[in-house]
Amino acid sequence: MKKLFLTAILLLPLMVAAQPPAKIIKLKDLQNLMTSKSDSIQVINFWATWCGPCVKELPLFEKLNNNGTSNVKVSLVSLDLDLDPNPEKVYKFVTRKNLKSEVLILDEQDPNSWIDKIDPRWSGALPATLIVNTKTGKRTFFEGEVDEEKLNNLITAIQ
Amino acid sequence: MIMKFLKSIALMFFVGTMMSATTADNYGLGDTVADFKLKNVDGKSLSLSDFKDAKGIILIFDCNTCPFSKAYNERIIALDKTFSGKGFPVVAINSNDPVVSPGDSYDEMVKHAKSKGYTFPYLFDETQSVAKAFGATNTPHVFVLNRDGDKFNVAYIGAIDNNARDEAGADKKYVEDAVNALLEGKDVSTTKTKAIGCTIKWKNA
Repeated sequence: MKKLFLTAILLLPLMVAAQPPAKIIKLKDLQNLMTSKSDSIQVINFWATWCGPCVKELPLFEKLNNNGTSNVKVSLVSLDLDLDPNPEKVYKFVTRKNLKSEVLILDEQDPNSWIDKIDPRWSGALPATLIVNTKTGKRTFFEGEVDEEKLNNLITAIQ
Repeated sequence: MIMKFLKSIALMFFVGTMMSATTADNYGLGDTVADFKLKNVDGKSLSLSDFKDAKGIILIFDCNTCPFSKAYNERIIALDKTFSGKGFPVVAINSNDPVVSPGDSYDEMVKHAKSKGYTFPYLFDETQSVAKAFGATNTPHVFVLNRDGDKFNVAYIGAIDNNARDEAGADKKYVEDAVNALLEGKDVSTTKTKAIGCTIKWKNA
C-alpha cells in the first residue's frame, strides 16, 4: 500500500507534465464562455504567439488575473492554429512564460464564418479584447493593443 | 457622487476610444476612391490615374513583417500573374509605421520586393492617409477596385481566401472570384469578408 502510494507520488509530476498547458476549444465552447451566467467580469483576450503587440500586452492580463480581490476572470484565446495546425508552439510559450491565466486555443477553420459571431466590431486583426459582464450580458470590445489605463476603463465601463 | 463622476469620465474616455477606432467615413462598397500619390519601391511616385488601361486594380494593404502577409506572399504574386494581363494588376501598399515596426521601413520594402521578385508596385503610405481613407485594418487587407469611366469604385473588401495556413485547403477564393465576376461583367457574389491578421501598425499619437 505504502509502495503504491510512493509510486503515485513519484508519477504525479509526470502526469501533470503530460497535461497540455492550454486547452483546444471549438467556437461553441467560446460562445459558452461569453454567455454563461456568473457573477464575474469575463475578460477574453484574442492573441497569438507570432503577434508582437499581443505578447507585449499579455503581462497586463496576467496581472489582472492574479489580482485575487477582483471578480475578474481572464481567458487568453490563442488564434495560432489559423496559421499553424500544430499547437506545440503555444504549449511551449505558455510554459516558458509561466502564464497563470486560462489559455484556450481556438480550433476553427473558415474565419469569415465565425469572426462576426464573436463580435461584429472585430475585423479579425490581433490583438483584440472582449469583456463581458456575465451578470448583465453587457459587453465591450476593443481591437488593438491596450495599456493598463485603457484596460481598466473598458472594465469600468461595463461594471 | 465622486464615484459616479469618475465612472462617467471613464465612460467618456471609453466612448472616445471606440469612436476613434471605428472611423465611419472610410470607403464602403460601391464608393469611388480618391486618387493618391505614393512612392514605389523603384523610387518613382505612382497614382491610380497612372493605370490608364486597367479595368480595375487589386489593391492590397500589406507589409514585410506580418506572418499572415508572409503566408500570402506567393498567393499575391500569383494573383498578379493571373490577372495583370487581364487588366486587373496587383498594387500593394505598406502603411505600417516604421517607428513601431522597424522591419517595415521603405528600405526594407525595397529589399523585400527584390528578394520576393515582386512583379507589381509596392507603395509606401508614409503618412498612413491612404490606409485611413480606405479603412484598412489589417494585413493583408484587399480592396478590389473596378473602373467606372475615369474613376475606380470599390467592388470587394476583405481576405484573399479562407485558409491562411494552407492554400490547397482554401475552398473559397474571394479575390479570384470577385475579379473573375467583374471581368465577366457579373455582380460580385461575396463582397465583404473577414480574416484573422495583424493590425496595421499606426503611428503613436
